[in-house]
Amino acid sequence: MSLTILNAVIAVVIAIAFAALNAAYLVWAERRGAGRIQRRPGPNVNGPLGLLQPPADGLKLMTKQLVIPGGADKALFMVAPVLAMAPAIMSFVTIPFSDSIVARSMDIGVLMIFAFASLGAMSVLLAGWSSRNKYGVMASVRAVSQNISYEIPMLITVITIVMMTGTMNLKELVASQSGGIWNWNIVPSLSSPLMPISFLIFFTCSLAETNRAPFDLGEAESELVAGFHTEYGSMGFGLFFMGEYANIVIGASLITILFLGGWDCPLGLFPGVWWFLLKIYVLIFSFIWIRWTFPRTTIYGLLNLSWKILIPISLFNLLLTAGLLKVF
Amino acid sequence: MGAYFSEIFRGLQSLATGLGITFKEFFKPVVTVPYPYETIKMSDRFRGHIELVENEEGKPKCVACGMCQRACPSGCISLASKSVEYEVEVKGEMKTKKKKVLTKYNLNFTTCSLCGQCVESCNFGAITFSKEYNLASSRKEDFHFDLLNRLKERNS
Repeated sequence: MSLTILNAVIAVVIAIAFAALNAAYLVWAERRGAGRIQRRPGPNVNGPLGLLQPPADGLKLMTKQLVIPGGADKALFMVAPVLAMAPAIMSFVTIPFSDSIVARSMDIGVLMIFAFASLGAMSVLLAGWSSRNKYGVMASVRAVSQNISYEIPMLITVITIVMMTGTMNLKELVASQSGGIWNWNIVPSLSSPLMPISFLIFFTCSLAETNRAPFDLGEAESELVAGFHTEYGSMGFGLFFMGEYANIVIGASLITILFLGGWDCPLGLFPGVWWFLLKIYVLIFSFIWIRWTFPRTTIYGLLNLSWKILIPISLFNLLLTAGLLKVF
Repeated sequence: MGAYFSEIFRGLQSLATGLGITFKEFFKPVVTVPYPYETIKMSDRFRGHIELVENEEGKPKCVACGMCQRACPSGCISLASKSVEYEVEVKGEMKTKKKKVLTKYNLNFTTCSLCGQCVESCNFGAITFSKEYNLASSRKEDFHFDLLNRLKERNS
């Protein structure tokens, strides 16, 4: 009995450490990447290649005073940043990094991750609303409408995949794609000829779900000061930041598991955790790359993209796959 | 229906073009200068505060005529001089002559507007713009330059 508790504690500690380390160093990667794309070096003063920048940032944030604005809902104001980080860490519990590295392999892993991902929108809503700031509220409204409209095509795409593989267990999902690149879900097969498009839809929705540019309407500086975290300073702001990057890691892991064969090697050789990490970091790089390439869309453009393009196409794909699965 | 799909396709194409451009930029060398560690050489036409020009002996070229002082619209130049007698050989015989020697040349940079009237008014080319631009201080006194001293320090 005590051994299972110990196992659980170790799993949680590793999940938190992985999430926090990634969150901290993805900020560094983001700033370096942004620098390179804009032909400047980025943070390069603290330590070699600026690698000591994240600890320095964290130290700075932790030593600052946490100001609660007058008239704010104190309890919710304090809970919101925690709610941004906690679901991301929870999701790590069921993500399989390799055949043997998974904290808890659940039969409803996909469902659980999406349930927790929806909580992320709650943290944005609570943060904006509880800080009693008009910009915060406007940003929350935007972020919630965005999250609702992008969860639909995302889930329809996931349903398509679940129909094809017949399982919601993330580990079995990867196992069903093992054996090389031709078995991955992204490659079109007879029963699912539109999978590359599904991949694009899912990728776009992950960007929108994590509130990343070009879909970062909730943080539109030019019109909303800083968006939902306008009133947050100190580590409250830090937690929002870390939550965003932890969510990016979750998004990249999900794309890898659902479409890119998880820890499977493209040629079927040496499957292992290194392939999984390689894939998620390539995806994260593409997130950063996209963020520093495209300007922010308008809220109408954003909602039109979801309701007029992504949802119809993903629905069509769902019906087509359902029909073809029956035939073949 | 056709317009709907062609719009999506064209949109995707333009997104891919944008990504291609930033990807190429990613691998190009950086163009910024890491300022405190490296600095750019200022161009010839850069106007810093003024500086005295020296002659071959390392003394200031200035003859203390005071034209710059008069030309300055902000009155930020103040100079002083003294008369010195010296002997010079003219047509085989020694003669005693007088000339002015600069004893003080102060520039109050806090009121200077860098208009350059002083440099233009100088008939002897004795003052010029320096290329100094690292001029930040929290004390006013740091901007009262003693140009004679600066010249001495440059030569030492």
